Amino acid sequence: MQLPEPDADILGRRDAIIAGLTALFPKHRVSDHVIHETASMRVFECDGLSAYRQLPLVVVLPETTEQVSKVLEFCHQGGVKVVARGAGTSLSGGALPLADAVVLGLGKFNRILDIDYANRCVVAEAGVANMAITDAVAADGFFYGPDPSSQVVCSIGGNIAENSGGVHCLKYGLTTNNVLGLKMVLIDGRVVEIGGRHLDSGGYDLLGVITGSEGLLGVITEVTLRILASPEDVCALLLGFPSTAAAGECVAAIIGAGVIPAGMEMMDRPAIHATEEFVHAGYPLDAEALLIVELDGPAAEVEYLVRRVQDLAQDAGANYTRISQNDAERERFWAGRKNAFPAVGRISPDYYCMDGTIPRARLAEVLARISELSKQYGLSVANVFHAGDGNLHPLILYDANVPGELEKTEEFGSEILRLCVEVGGVLTGEHGVGVEKRDLMGVMFTDIDLEQQQRIKCAFDPDQLLNPGKVFPVLHRCVELGRAHVHGGKIPFPHLPRL
Amino acid sequence: MQGFHPETESQAADVVRAALSENQAIQVTGNGSKQGWGAPVAAEVALGLSALSGIECYEPEELVLTAKAGTAMAEIEQALTEKDQTLAFEPPDLGPLYGGGADSGTLGGIIACNLSGPARIRSGAARDHVLGLDAIGGRGEIFHCGGRVVKNVTGFDLPKVMAGSFGTLGVMTSITVRALPRAEKLRTVLIFGLDWERAGEAMGAALRSPHDINGAAHLSAGAAALSQASYVSGAGQPVTALRIEGPGPSAAARCAALRALLAPFGETEELHGHNSGLLWREVRDVAALLPAAGNCIWRLSVPPASGAVVTETLIAATGAEAFMDWGGGLIWLSLAPGLDAGAGVVRAAIAECGGHATLMRAPEALRGAVPVFQPGDAITEQLAARLKGVFDPAGIFNPGRMNKAA
Repeated sequence: MQLPEPDADILGRRDAIIAGLTALFPKHRVSDHVIHETASMRVFECDGLSAYRQLPLVVVLPETTEQVSKVLEFCHQGGVKVVARGAGTSLSGGALPLADAVVLGLGKFNRILDIDYANRCVVAEAGVANMAITDAVAADGFFYGPDPSSQVVCSIGGNIAENSGGVHCLKYGLTTNNVLGLKMVLIDGRVVEIGGRHLDSGGYDLLGVITGSEGLLGVITEVTLRILASPEDVCALLLGFPSTAAAGECVAAIIGAGVIPAGMEMMDRPAIHATEEFVHAGYPLDAEALLIVELDGPAAEVEYLVRRVQDLAQDAGANYTRISQNDAERERFWAGRKNAFPAVGRISPDYYCMDGTIPRARLAEVLARISELSKQYGLSVANVFHAGDGNLHPLILYDANVPGELEKTEEFGSEILRLCVEVGGVLTGEHGVGVEKRDLMGVMFTDIDLEQQQRIKCAFDPDQLLNPGKVFPVLHRCVELGRAHVHGGKIPFPHLPRL
Repeated sequence: MQGFHPETESQAADVVRAALSENQAIQVTGNGSKQGWGAPVAAEVALGLSALSGIECYEPEELVLTAKAGTAMAEIEQALTEKDQTLAFEPPDLGPLYGGGADSGTLGGIIACNLSGPARIRSGAARDHVLGLDAIGGRGEIFHCGGRVVKNVTGFDLPKVMAGSFGTLGVMTSITVRALPRAEKLRTVLIFGLDWERAGEAMGAALRSPHDINGAAHLSAGAAALSQASYVSGAGQPVTALRIEGPGPSAAARCAALRALLAPFGETEELHGHNSGLLWREVRDVAALLPAAGNCIWRLSVPPASGAVVTETLIAATGAEAFMDWGGGLIWLSLAPGLDAGAGVVRAAIAECGGHATLMRAPEALRGAVPVFQPGDAITEQLAARLKGVFDPAGIFNPGRMNKAA
């Protein structure tokens, strides 16, 4: 993975840039806002994808939209690149610094500004943790839908930048389906407000394209989110199967019967064993695959659906069934799944988490091929899987201290993602492209497709100063992309049916 | 205007390239059933996609359907119904609102208009259900975006931008949408005689409850009298309707719980299957409830808690007929054309609460004179104009249909 070559001119102007940024903040609190000592910048040198590290040029931590605006205006005028950062939990290197770029951290944007039950929405600053939104409204019977596993710390602004998912997005949607509005600062410092407390703003769907744009279009400082009434009842089934194929059949049968669970998660044998040893959730160790099916909603519906899922699981050959009797037991079922990453971290010096999505029906086949690749590369894999929506998270176990093993792991990972695309899926379901999958974009998209996407970048950030080197494998200059390739010559089109 | 009805994507691309080479503007349509929506388009070439039709791939077990853009909605709905599935955003059939026949819309038309029905409040908008698409861009090239799976964050979300762009950014040729299971049972709880404000409160209370409401509408006495559902038309007073869908035992239990919750608002009644279906189709398709053919029709999206006040204000100011959907978040208004179709007073009414007002139907001259879509602030308009500029540098796709810049 190569980042763009740092701009020597910017590196040479570092002191002046730091001085310029310093002048934008109140004098007595500059040390809170501008961080440039190497030791202090260390914590910003990577995000959740810690295999890649890079010290930034300088870090700024503004606390108002006005300050963000000044910082971006300053950087825009000086041609300085900017990498926005929320809580730094990206698993794709979306917030990986660049040597010649300012890291703009939103950590100080930590206030919930309004809870509006009449319009069923919450307005919050971008640095507020995902979980804090639900925590703020839970006592009144509401919750915020998307629940990425990093939800205790990950920031809501970062969620929008990455269009984060979570285990319950099967029923409640991704971030993009739950955002009503946002306030964003453009690279030239201008502040734009999009959407509001109403649905479906007219005009082009800027909200839709900003969500999931990985920090390439602007810096989000404030968000308006839809909140939902908490379900009356929640129940989970823990189902063990003699094969991953049988578990896959059960998933298909549940969806086929018209049941959309709140969440439907699968773990394979290595994942079951790793997590059971770690959290003692009571998982059946003889199962080849385990499903957690969570049903929520009105009490009468949950009771009815639990029975249906139980019957479907029996028919699909489940050899272990437990139904949660209370919230404590349900949370125990989830404890293993939610701790799958650290659990795997315990049995291996390092692990690399993949994030492809596949059509549900191809599950057994894809798992079999991952298993073959695992043998071929000599690297173990544990699979956890958002089975309901086909989002696969193979965890490749490796040891970064063994020379060449990281490279081998990356190669194995990219083979898995190619496989996902080959069977009709996509490179990333919820972690984003970042730097990690950037060079694989060509597997899924043609040059024409990618150019069309990059034109959006040109509409927002024509000088390409925001998070360059992420998402797109080739940086095209906007002048090139803007050209109209008019195909000359008059063509008669005799074959066309006319009115 | 020279008209083309291509049968393949490559023929459609040929039309676009030919128009590009001659610097001619193209009016892009599906079947033309909603041509009355948007400013008039001045174009030399008419590109109608109704012959670019057919379901290309429907996998019920994957909950996904791909069809050519010109495929009739009726054909798609029939295929889904056969597998007990549906498009959860409840696409409206606005043909009759524009004086045309029922069932004349296409998939491309629905997506290009980002048009969603009463279930929008629970299930999301049309744009939330588009997984991927193919389109012809402003350089005559064919591009592909999105995918065929729900969970996908690979690259910028272009399908969202194409949805709701009214054919001004490119010509969609093939669209993949999410299919979802059809609910087993449908019931509606009715409350009679509420004024706008009490109705807004009742809908708010229902939507804040855990009873999983997926439709919340309020009809004035006049609109209610026009319904084909006898319980509604016979009420002789305003009717508030709340929809519940789900498995049998669940629907029954929630209906009972909802009626208990809403008892303080007055007497309630229950509509079952057939009548319930009729009522929500009328709310979805609008024309039956606001029948005055010569009137202008407005569609306002506002914060739901502001719906009642905005509606009352506008009825008092203009004598409009109206009803509310989306729990108060969507207002449909029918009023006499006047000089500006009511644009001044309508847009002033939402200035404080926020939202957008779209002039859905008006005589062509008025649609040329009044901004059909809510004008954005200067920055938003500039971003929209830049987006149009980079996607369609020659400005050939439906020029002027959305606003002057786009």
